[in-house]
Amino acid sequence: MTRMALSDKLAILSDAARYDASCASSGTARRDSRDGKGLGSTEGSGICHAYAPDGRCISLLKILMTNFCIYDCAYCINRVSSHVRRARFSPDEVVQLTIEFYRRNYIEGLFLSSGIIRSPDATMSDMVQIARRLREGENFRGYIHLKTIPDAAPELIEQAGLYADRLSINVELPTDNSVKAYAPEKNPVTIRKAMGDVKSRKEVAAEKSYTGKRGKRFAPAGQSTQMIVGADGSTDATILGQSTRLYGAYQLRRVYYSAFSPIPDATAQLPLIKPPLVREHRLYQADWLLRFYGFGVDEITAARPDGNLDLEIDPKLAWALQNRALFPVDVNRASKDMLLRVPGFGTRTVGRILSTRRHRGLRYGDLLQMGAPVKKAQPFIIARDWTPGALTDSANLRARFAPPPQQLSLL
Amino acid sequence: MYTVPLPRIGTDLAWRDAAKRLIGAAIPPQDVLWDFGGEMGELFATATPLPPPSRRIKAPQSFVQMADTVVWHKDPQRFARLYAMLWRLRHETGLMQDRADQHLAKLRQMEKGVNRCKHKMKAFVRFRDLRQGGDRRSFAAWFEPTHHTVEPTAPFFARRFADMDWMIATPDVTAQFVDGNLSFHPGQPKPDLPEDGAEALWGTYFCNIFNPARVKIKAMTSEMPKKYWKNLPEAQHIHDLIAGAEAKVQKMRDAAPTLPPERAKRIQNRLRQQKDGDQ
Repeated sequence: MTRMALSDKLAILSDAARYDASCASSGTARRDSRDGKGLGSTEGSGICHAYAPDGRCISLLKILMTNFCIYDCAYCINRVSSHVRRARFSPDEVVQLTIEFYRRNYIEGLFLSSGIIRSPDATMSDMVQIARRLREGENFRGYIHLKTIPDAAPELIEQAGLYADRLSINVELPTDNSVKAYAPEKNPVTIRKAMGDVKSRKEVAAEKSYTGKRGKRFAPAGQSTQMIVGADGSTDATILGQSTRLYGAYQLRRVYYSAFSPIPDATAQLPLIKPPLVREHRLYQADWLLRFYGFGVDEITAARPDGNLDLEIDPKLAWALQNRALFPVDVNRASKDMLLRVPGFGTRTVGRILSTRRHRGLRYGDLLQMGAPVKKAQPFIIARDWTPGALTDSANLRARFAPPPQQLSLL
Repeated sequence: MYTVPLPRIGTDLAWRDAAKRLIGAAIPPQDVLWDFGGEMGELFATATPLPPPSRRIKAPQSFVQMADTVVWHKDPQRFARLYAMLWRLRHETGLMQDRADQHLAKLRQMEKGVNRCKHKMKAFVRFRDLRQGGDRRSFAAWFEPTHHTVEPTAPFFARRFADMDWMIATPDVTAQFVDGNLSFHPGQPKPDLPEDGAEALWGTYFCNIFNPARVKIKAMTSEMPKKYWKNLPEAQHIHDLIAGAEAKVQKMRDAAPTLPPERAKRIQNRLRQQKDGDQ
């Protein structure tokens, strides 16, 4: 075989990596290289160094070590039965690309994933070797995200967690049955076990010993996972139920939703669709409501009998329209929990309302002044000089927010 | 009437020192003119020396933090606005918590603008390798910030790129980091930087990480406004990526399903045998 040029490999192995939604570089331990002996820093909030025309942030060099794979997952561009071109980086190539991109301020670090070659252990140990060389050989202090390979030996996962900021393992599909149907070699039980292992290792690392010393930091930015949306028949209620279990049982930092998106050389088993981007967006909104706004899954998915979210309006508004008896709420008196449930109000707006109302009673204009999205909120709130009257209960309230109905096209 | 000259480099400390002296001597806002970088010329220059530093001036911490950011805004009114706020704070306690006060809201908005500009600078500066040899590698970048954000953002680059020398040149102020020492110099026209081969690789990455099935141009431009594109090497590819996206996806859709390659069966059989062996 002739040697492939580095740029060809990079093209193939980044093309293969783009279906992973995560590009986060935030929430890890603070590090810098002020001592002059290393390269890189992480300062809490992540940085998006570029945006592609798909609107996604480019924060990390997101590549596969190799796209050779022995598994046959129907939704995946790299499955063994696909004719996609194959390539493999040497560890040295990955290290050099990461360092040279980083020095030019293109990236925050590396997100390394891989197809499964030979065996899960062999693959994982190659990935750990790359992370180790970055940390120990190059004194790299930027961000590293490693995809952990299901079924890899626990010792390898442990080493991975010492070098990486974040570990992730994809549950891929919302239900065990779907995983069996579309990713026959993957086992949902082992995937969950691997997430459980990472969680308990993190807990052990956070404990102090009897001398008060802390262990080495283990994956300080936690673990995340990804679910593909729209490839199987799961409803939003099923998906969000699964997320809630994952957040609770494994303390995941993030669950990413990835709209099933056309791949080259697709299998007949999974016909290509237009990626359900709006659905993906609504799922993220719902995910936020679950984590930061005190909503339960049942509340969010109760609005529609089919268990899916309303695509035309956001999930909080949909909930509020179903629960109009609780509105309007008085912005000068309502509790924080209740203010967080007002459509349009985010955590920041609520914080501003709470801070300002200690000094004065809020008027409609004050809300405008502090940048609250009043248009959306107005049917649901009372202020000093504002009451929605019959608006809250009016029959056409939904129509005010939903996009106008479109005539069906004949073609 | 006082005219306070403020230098382009070290503006934050100069403004803070002058504001302390003026507020200590109870000089009302209408009696102060702020002259940034000598822009006013001779016309308004006055010889009145600033009042001496007096008793300890108290201002809420939240104001001090906000002022440290707002002084870097490009709005010529920034110093006067800050001083007027400081003047009011002498008697209006709790003003900093009032998110509905319009003067404060304006300052907060300016603060947000500066913070965004700092963040974008951290993201969009692109270094080129100067290939100068020696112990430390050296890099340089040309950048055009919206506000005067080179000085407050440079320490970030010093923490991050401490094992190399670098320069960020801008029309406003130029930051230099040599042998671990950070210094600031007057702005300059765009320097001629040597070509850097890594930019082509970076372009390859940018083109291939893009998913043509999810074109969302607005989401891109709201976070990476066009004004930055001319100094981003990857931005030259954006036009072609958008133009070719639809056809690429259509090709994926139209392609008939293929038979798996020969080796797929071999690999799969081996995998199955292994699994049976395990059980």
